[in-house]
Amino acid sequence: MSDGSAPSWSCPLPDGDGEVVRLADGGGGRAMQRLLARVIRPLLDDPELARAHDGAVLDPGGPIAFTTDSFVVRPLFFPGGDIGRLAVCGTANDLAMCGAEPLALALGLVLEEGLPTAVLRRIVESIRETARDLGLRVVTGDLKVVERGKADGLYVTTTGIGRIRAATRIDPAAPVPGDLVLVSGDVGRHGVAVLAAREDLGFDTEVASDCAPVVAPVLALLDAGVAVRCLRDPTRGGTAAALVEIAETAGVVIRVEEAAVPVREEVRAACELLGFDPLHLPCEGRFLAFVAEPDAARALAILRRFPVGRGAAVIGRVEGRDPRGRVLLETPFGQRRPLDMPSGEQLPRIC
Amino acid sequence: MRFRDEYRDPERVRRLARAIARTVTRPHVLMEVCGGQTHAIVRFGLDRLLPAEVTLLHGPGCPVCVTPVAHVDKAIAIARTPGAILCSYGDMLRVPGSSGDLAGARARGGDVRVVYSPLDALEIARREPEREVVFFAVGFETTAPANAMAVWRARREGIRNFSMLVSQVLVPPALEAILSTPGNRVEGFLAAGHVCTIMGYREYAPLAARWKVPIVVTGFEPVDILEGVWMCLRQLEEGRAEVENQYARSVRPEGNAAARRLVGEVFRVVSRHWRGIGDLPRSGLGLAPDYAAFDAERRFGPADGAGGGEAEADCIAGLVLRGERKPPDCPAFATRCRPEHPLGVTMVSSEGACAAYYRYRFAGSAEA
Repeated sequence: MSDGSAPSWSCPLPDGDGEVVRLADGGGGRAMQRLLARVIRPLLDDPELARAHDGAVLDPGGPIAFTTDSFVVRPLFFPGGDIGRLAVCGTANDLAMCGAEPLALALGLVLEEGLPTAVLRRIVESIRETARDLGLRVVTGDLKVVERGKADGLYVTTTGIGRIRAATRIDPAAPVPGDLVLVSGDVGRHGVAVLAAREDLGFDTEVASDCAPVVAPVLALLDAGVAVRCLRDPTRGGTAAALVEIAETAGVVIRVEEAAVPVREEVRAACELLGFDPLHLPCEGRFLAFVAEPDAARALAILRRFPVGRGAAVIGRVEGRDPRGRVLLETPFGQRRPLDMPSGEQLPRIC
Repeated sequence: MRFRDEYRDPERVRRLARAIARTVTRPHVLMEVCGGQTHAIVRFGLDRLLPAEVTLLHGPGCPVCVTPVAHVDKAIAIARTPGAILCSYGDMLRVPGSSGDLAGARARGGDVRVVYSPLDALEIARREPEREVVFFAVGFETTAPANAMAVWRARREGIRNFSMLVSQVLVPPALEAILSTPGNRVEGFLAAGHVCTIMGYREYAPLAARWKVPIVVTGFEPVDILEGVWMCLRQLEEGRAEVENQYARSVRPEGNAAARRLVGEVFRVVSRHWRGIGDLPRSGLGLAPDYAAFDAERRFGPADGAGGGEAEADCIAGLVLRGERKPPDCPAFATRCRPEHPLGVTMVSSEGACAAYYRYRFAGSAEA
């Protein structure tokens, strides 16, 4: 790492006031080194990152899960979380959905010129806090700055690896008829919280995002030997999309009891008002688990031991085989209707 | 949410279904006017709780669906005008004009902003005084008061860079059009509760009397809708044709006087073209002479494009909007026509009947 005082033959840049990110901060030169040295590395403080090498060298000691995700949420801060926490939880949770214990992250940041350094600092701190709670290291990264107006403040990409902990392969093709479907808590909170945080919506609610890591309850299920066939976190597209994807991959019919799906009253109210279906709204701290029926009661008890799993519930069952894959929602009036993933952008109704 | 749960109570729903079954002695055809009611009916499967003698037809009450192609084209043209900002409800973005939609115009650089209220569009006009800000005002009587308020405020505050592309429509002329269609099968209407919350229901009495049809002002929850159906069926069985109010918790006979006054101040009744239905006399609202300066058609030219392309060949959106056919009757339904690739506007709008059937009956399945 450069200490900033070494002789340089390049044209020196004015120091700037240091209060906002400048284009030069992503130029690969002294300015960027200064930003990395002052803001990023001290906050993330990992020996591998401190080597300032082109990449990290790790020894996971066995089969790994490997995933990546980009985060472009607007606004950057919302009740219950921020883009930094979201980026760490999102990738850690994806690793957990593979039956893996998250080990290390690579962090890619795209900053918009003019982003207040204080905002960047808060978000990197949030990344550090969230990763530290998970025992997850940030071992390498990348930083770019784009012109003002070309990004919403900043975008974050996290790429993660995790050590496989599941004894059998966690696989969306694995669910078989008879399996029960569990959800780890109430659904739809993240969607409502972010919608409400958008100033243009003029809509107030107490709902905070559920944004949280679900690694601990997942590992507890695996370590207890629960026959987990498939795990899926219902992020974009919500619970409905997650269920439909699994039904299609596994070629099964999933029956879901609408009244059994936990939804907070405030979320329900917001959905009524805005014309959304809670099953279509994203969660960022929930997961669906397909579990062999004899293990379901035990799985539920394990989930409920964790704060993020306190609201866990059985919401449905795999009923039969169908190569096209279908999800049927049973309404409180005893009717069955197909549940589909949302077809495009979520749009509010107008009357 | 106490209200909502009360009106979704499965036991009350079952009791009403039994009461309806006991009431009906012969076949009846009813129409629910509002797309919101259509969605509730299909979503909760309420039509399947009714005896076989009762047919529910779905009405034209989807504002996005009946907005004429010429207005969509005009909105797209405004969005592509340098310096202009076209503000719209999100529902309008994917509605096809004669070539393309607003979402496409936005993707090609047009400044299209999704807003949730016309007052948000007015706020954009205040913040960006050098830009021409146009709000695309679609909707039935329900959206008229807020739209009137935006224009009224713009005039009072002297906000000169704000205007409205007005495509407001009215419910009673649409009912009249359906009733006067040769071969009409509709014997009774569930009128839209929220429209009547604004307008009251006195204007429905002449319709009920002239055409001898019961009209029941009805809410949107399962219990509301079944109660409205039951009230309508009782009238038919007893040979009555009156206006009744199922939605009394929200609707008064005279409606909301303040809102009506504002609408009457800012708008005047005009003839409108309804997509899929045709020209209906005195069926919509346009800006009153005192507010004509805020008419986007004055600033950007009239929305009188030839239009054309009302619908793709073999799309029956017009027949669906008039209640003459149901979505599954369409050969393209759920095959070539899906929400991702809509042929007609009733598949685009979240209030459209085809979208309701697709979403709640057919999605991911061949089950009817």
